[in-house]
Amino acid sequence: MGRYVVRRLVQMVPVFVGATLLIFLMVNVMGDPIAGLCGERRCDPATAARLRAEFGLDRPVWQQYLTYMGNVFTGDFGTAFNGQEVTELMATAFPVTLRLTLIAILFEIVVGVTLGVVTGLRRGRPVDTGVLLLTLVVISVPTFVTGLLLQLLLGVKWGWIRPSVSTEAPFAELILPGLVLASVSLAYVTRLTRTSIAENRRSDYVRTAIAKGLPRHRVVTRHLLRNSLIPVVTFIGADVGFLMGGAIVTERIFNIHGVGYQLYQGILRQNTQTVVGFVTVLVLVFLVANLVVDLLYAVLDPRIRYV
Amino acid sequence: MSEQHYESERVVAVTGVGGTVDLGADGTERPGKAPGGPGGPGGPGPRDRPRSLWSDAWRDLRRNPVFIVSGLVICFLVLISLWPSAIASGSPLACDLAKAQEGPRPGHPFGFDGQGCDVYTRTVHGARTSVTVGVLATLGVAVLGSVLGALAGFLGGVWDAVLSRITDVFFAIPVVLGGLVLLSVITSNTVWPVIGFIVLLGWPQISRIARGSVITVQQNDYVQAARALGASRTRLLLRHIAPNAVAPVIVVATIALGTYIALEATLSYLGVGLKPPSVSWGIDISAASPYVRNAPHALLWPSGALAVTVLAFIMLGDAVRDALDPKLR
Repeated sequence: MGRYVVRRLVQMVPVFVGATLLIFLMVNVMGDPIAGLCGERRCDPATAARLRAEFGLDRPVWQQYLTYMGNVFTGDFGTAFNGQEVTELMATAFPVTLRLTLIAILFEIVVGVTLGVVTGLRRGRPVDTGVLLLTLVVISVPTFVTGLLLQLLLGVKWGWIRPSVSTEAPFAELILPGLVLASVSLAYVTRLTRTSIAENRRSDYVRTAIAKGLPRHRVVTRHLLRNSLIPVVTFIGADVGFLMGGAIVTERIFNIHGVGYQLYQGILRQNTQTVVGFVTVLVLVFLVANLVVDLLYAVLDPRIRYV
Repeated sequence: MSEQHYESERVVAVTGVGGTVDLGADGTERPGKAPGGPGGPGGPGPRDRPRSLWSDAWRDLRRNPVFIVSGLVICFLVLISLWPSAIASGSPLACDLAKAQEGPRPGHPFGFDGQGCDVYTRTVHGARTSVTVGVLATLGVAVLGSVLGALAGFLGGVWDAVLSRITDVFFAIPVVLGGLVLLSVITSNTVWPVIGFIVLLGWPQISRIARGSVITVQQNDYVQAARALGASRTRLLLRHIAPNAVAPVIVVATIALGTYIALEATLSYLGVGLKPPSVSWGIDISAASPYVRNAPHALLWPSGALAVTVLAFIMLGDAVRDALDPKLR
């Protein structure tokens, strides 16, 4: 196990470097970061040159990248051009997005897995068909459309919720945005669980469990579910990174001041430090989530041994 | 992340192979496939002549209501994106501010949006953008992805290792985020930057699948036999491996087409995809959202059109998947 973790960590290094370098290059293409500093006017050449030297923008890109990564590993994500520390922005933005992601994941686990089990056990019945159709529709409608429609219905027409979320973004206000963020993945989790349950239901160990007279709920929860959840866990784990990145759209619809909001502002204002910093953290989250998923395999499936 | 492995069963005609049909939207299981354990031997049905995977799949598809419905919707979409004026004669850019946010009236069945443009005309004309982006991006992704993936799987060794790492790198970047960063600088008002971006971030998905598929197919006896007979590597890849490995790529590409259309609309909604005066459902939805209280129709029609389009392509992909490989879910 220990050796496996080390090997996986070593494998993560090139991916991390590659992904951050790619983002770094993209942001560099994004445009002249100095241009945003002089407001609407163009900077005069002397000021521009001075600012360039001050921020180290006159050096080649690879040097800038190395310096930046060196700083990141000492916890210094740089300063946004308005003088605010990027880490400060992160400290306000990440908790909000984490809450949002947490709600989304909870929806996926509770609603998605339950629906998957129910339909998987009742294949071909009306419930199954209905839920399947519903998942297909949810997958097809882009998140921003789902979000806008639910906001229109629940927030504006019926007044059940506040259409936009306050700056503090407490859990209660994030329930609908969380559902919207989860929607597509929720549908995938349902379908994945359903297929998996339906497949395993015919397996020998389930027949044995039934034959030795175990009550139905025990067969389902202990024998069937545990074995069927392995692909679902992979999906949900990989989804953590996806959700945090995909939160841009949801956060924009409900005006949530989280990671997506800061990133969007950073891109609009050509604030390279903010963008690169946030994306670097997101990439790290994604990679760690995938590692955790692989390790969880061993817990769920004792047949898997890491060497 | 676990890699998907595709069974190479499709090499054999799969008349009686067990496995239930997963996605008949009507919930009925289609004829021709006995329900049974996935992968369970169903026993080959009587065969008069050898059938290929493709003729089998086509036979299945023709009987599948999901395929027929989604196929008809897609045909309609393609037709109106080729000749939008056939059913909406006005110009999508002809707007009259005096009519802003007005509801439906004769001659303008969908009403007017915030700029006083006819929502019906704009919705019809928006199909072209979506279909163009979807089709071209999918073609690009499929070609680039399957060539690189097949080479990685076929050549193995260093090529494979390097390509797999590159794939991982691209997977670690959130798509919408990458789009925001890359496309925010581009001022061009055509579909090309969006297509280019989707190809750039989309190919690893296909290349992973093509790689896995090639590796599986490579182990088959007929490939070994051809190799033993002295077939060249090019011939091996092009004549024996590629035709048998292409099915999963087609399936994933068809489903991806729908998601690319959704992605274009999402990027346009965020303001970095297409920009006005281009006509795109994403732009219209974005423009309609601030005044949705007064004129919900301006939001609902393009949203509906977008949803139906994406749904049609995803359903088509599902039907094709069921037909090409009943075991592949």
